[in-house]
Amino acid sequence: MTLALDSIDQALAPLVEVKDLKHVYGGGKAGPGLVVLEDVNLTLKANEIVGLLGRSGSGKSTLLRSIAGLITPTAGTVSVSDVPGDDAAHGVAMVFQSFALFPWLTVQKNVELGLEAQGVPPDIRRKRTLAAIDLIGLDGFENAYPKELSGGMRQRVGLARALVVQPSVLLMDEPFSALDVLTAETLRTDLLDLWSEGRMPIRSILLVTHNIEEAVLMCDRILVFSSNPGRVIAEIKVDLPQPRKRLDPAFRTLVDDIYARMTAKPKAPAREGHFPGTGLGMALTHISTNTLNGMIETLSGGPYNGSADLADLARELQMEADELLPIAETLQLMRFAELAGRTLRLTAPGKRYDSFDVDQRKQMFAQHLLAYVPLAAHIRRVLDDRASHQAPASRFRDELEDFMSEAYAEETMDSIISWGRYGEIFAYHEDDDRFSLDDPA
Amino acid sequence: MVFLSSDRLNAGLIARFARRELAPNRFDLIAMALIGGFAVLVVHGARQMSLPVTALDTTPISLDLARLPEYALRSTLRMFAAIILSLLFTFGVATLAAKSRKAEQVIIPMLDIAQSIPIISFLAFTLTFFVGLFPGSELGVECAAIFLVFTSQAWNMAFSFYQSLRTLPGDLAEVSQQFGLSAWQKFIKLELPFATPALIWNTMMSMSGGWFFVVASEAFTVGRTNYMLPGIGSWLAVAVARMDLGAVGWAVGAMAVIIVAYDQLLFRPIVAWADKFRFEQTASAEEPESWFLDLLRRTHLAARLFRPLSRLTERLIPPVPRRRVIPRPINPHIAEWIDRLWIIAISVAVVCAVWMIGVYLVRHLNLRDLLTAVIDGFFTFARVAVLIVVASLIWVPIGVWIGLRPAWSRRVQALVQFLAAFPVIVLFPFVVIVIVAWRLDPSIWLSPLIILGTQWYILFNVVAGASALPNDLKEAAGIFHLRAWQRWRDFILPGIMPYYVTGALTASGGSWNASVVAESVSWGRTTEVARGLGSFIAEATAAGNIPKVALGATVMSLFVITLNRSLWRPLFNYAEKNFRLT
Repeated sequence: MTLALDSIDQALAPLVEVKDLKHVYGGGKAGPGLVVLEDVNLTLKANEIVGLLGRSGSGKSTLLRSIAGLITPTAGTVSVSDVPGDDAAHGVAMVFQSFALFPWLTVQKNVELGLEAQGVPPDIRRKRTLAAIDLIGLDGFENAYPKELSGGMRQRVGLARALVVQPSVLLMDEPFSALDVLTAETLRTDLLDLWSEGRMPIRSILLVTHNIEEAVLMCDRILVFSSNPGRVIAEIKVDLPQPRKRLDPAFRTLVDDIYARMTAKPKAPAREGHFPGTGLGMALTHISTNTLNGMIETLSGGPYNGSADLADLARELQMEADELLPIAETLQLMRFAELAGRTLRLTAPGKRYDSFDVDQRKQMFAQHLLAYVPLAAHIRRVLDDRASHQAPASRFRDELEDFMSEAYAEETMDSIISWGRYGEIFAYHEDDDRFSLDDPA
Repeated sequence: MVFLSSDRLNAGLIARFARRELAPNRFDLIAMALIGGFAVLVVHGARQMSLPVTALDTTPISLDLARLPEYALRSTLRMFAAIILSLLFTFGVATLAAKSRKAEQVIIPMLDIAQSIPIISFLAFTLTFFVGLFPGSELGVECAAIFLVFTSQAWNMAFSFYQSLRTLPGDLAEVSQQFGLSAWQKFIKLELPFATPALIWNTMMSMSGGWFFVVASEAFTVGRTNYMLPGIGSWLAVAVARMDLGAVGWAVGAMAVIIVAYDQLLFRPIVAWADKFRFEQTASAEEPESWFLDLLRRTHLAARLFRPLSRLTERLIPPVPRRRVIPRPINPHIAEWIDRLWIIAISVAVVCAVWMIGVYLVRHLNLRDLLTAVIDGFFTFARVAVLIVVASLIWVPIGVWIGLRPAWSRRVQALVQFLAAFPVIVLFPFVVIVIVAWRLDPSIWLSPLIILGTQWYILFNVVAGASALPNDLKEAAGIFHLRAWQRWRDFILPGIMPYYVTGALTASGGSWNASVVAESVSWGRTTEVARGLGSFIAEATAAGNIPKVALGATVMSLFVITLNRSLWRPLFNYAEKNFRLT
């Protein structure tokens, strides 16, 4: 990429600098809180698109919001340098995953919003707004309301609204993930064209995504995040020339490589794989038992015969990495499969499970659940010990909240309820939020 | 209770709110004490002022038909004055509650209690207070009437606005913050538009309920003083006193015309216009329509009238560039001290209030009055309970029948909305004539009056609920040949439950209010009285016995609050949680 700037100095000065960022949700008197981000350092220079890649819950959106000034980090500093002479109020503007358009304002009024906040006089505001609308390919839609537009057009409005305030850095929070595949592709291509032709007033883009191909397609540099807590585990430079082709072998190699890094186990060896916490404090991801069964069946059938490459699997099942990984990890937790690098392999019990009929599967699922998920064994023990064979669910929820945030505790409870019901190791009554051993059968 | 709009608006929001803080907490007690203390202060203050009320000289009301349009207009203006007052109150108080945690702790329980109080019983106080404020002038009476209507309208509006402010969509709030919108810009661009649909709906419901209070507050007797404000209510009072059945008929007609006009010329256009503020990104299948709004939009005149208005709102936004203010967290030590001071201030106010109430009660009341009031309260309670059950048995099947037939339900909805807005006081004389003519027992036969105006809430909501039953479930019920009883038990009743409960609790609250005018009804010199808390208050008011009125009002408030907390709200939450079909 060529430098189109007046001075090398200015070009090399970082636009955004994040130092030792740490972010903790909750915490305080109740407990230690959930560490979302830890030890994050990031430097954003001019003329680069940087991707923040990670699974949901890896804190990449939190990082983006810290840079946008929407939240204050628990520790560390974020500095955004304003370009001298730039009349923008602040150096960043953000594009949202949900578009975040005001439904009662027309396209034009939506785009004008930031300028109005800066107190730009109406005639200049109008001129700049129309220019931005024109640039982004929205002319003709000035008087439309967001509800009249398709998703792609709405995100264009979101983009125009961010560009019109002339930020030096454009922050994009999963901007294409709410769109269908074709629309997303068109928008990406249009954005890259505008970027490479230098027609946008911005000097750098920071893109949050969980889509590996999207990151490789667009970014000059990719920071890969681990989850729980979010840390930068890899920084990958993408030197492929633009426009990049998905079928290019070099492209594929890079995607596969990133897959491997994202599934790599953290340095501290934990038998539970990626599940944060151990024992009772293990946060579970709610994966339906149908999905687990389906994955086991897919793995055991052809062409995989018990062992599959995650990237291949993702392509065949049309799943994103962050949809696929929790399934693989849950299977690993239950010892039905094991993850080694990029390969997911069925274990001997996993193969046996596959050959069973429904009732045998349920029995085996129950055994594994009690053996490998401490919370399940704990609930069952409490129910066995009590004369009434009943216990309020709130009791276990409170116990979980000593280890994790409320949201994680909620999801963990949902998981254990649905798995426990499938394995028939206990019953749960939604009406009064209670576990029991009674069986309608 | 915030009104649930049948299906149009964000019912989910309302439900989420209602689930908050179910059990009465210390803030409820604080709020109750403060309100009580305030009432005592008002009465006390009014008594201190010399009261030349007897000297009040109002223009006599004539039953001349030519005057009727003027009276109708005056009643309507009173209504609008009250609604504007309510809106101002809403913007001020609800915004304060949403923005300040400290204010919220006091305001929200106070609103909650205030909306449970049968405010018509307080007319005697407000009258005393305002007449004292403007001695010898009609303005005082006018203010008292408007204030009464205001107190019947403001609370649910304020609640709805507060709720909207508390549930702003997160991403839009982030956009506002990211672009550095000022507080005023955020209010105009985000908060007000987002709150508009729910607020308009609640305003309209408030206005519907308000006609009753407009009519009831225009002609009133406290002690030996008759207050008459020119309006339909006074026309009616004079017609009743003179036993002029024709004039009563004209009042009914005038009221009908007003309500239809307000529905067509105001309600519908505003609802249709506010449709654009609905928070959804997809176009709705069925948009509300208004012929009057279409007409306005087509005329050039309207455009000319509104253009300067929109320019004005642009002007209101200060065009100065604003630096983004990064809120600096207050020093935790100082914050802690502020919290402590706040708690001390509230405690002092509560102690003062309790002390004042105690002194007042000891000085003016005896135990026998209290006992009578409580026993009368149970009489009225029995009346309300029985009538809600009877009305439910009648209207639930009819409502379901109508709701399942789309062609019918739309027409009936409009009629029911009209009936709900219609102030039934206007019809009371006819009932008294029948009771007198057939020598019926008033304790029984006056009872239906208290639900005459409020039963429509049950029908209205049941129709809405039945028409919202999803088609696939209807088909499933058909395919599996559910038997009649099974169909009701497993499908229809659970399906309409959240709607029915909303309707029933609204009807119940309204009935307590109506009992004050419905348990003691006159025709000429005959006055038929049914024993109950309503007639207790009505008689004390007529006798000018303020402490007894206060006692009756307080006992009634306690009845209503207890009922709401122990029956309606748990029922509402249960229905919302288990039976809400989304």
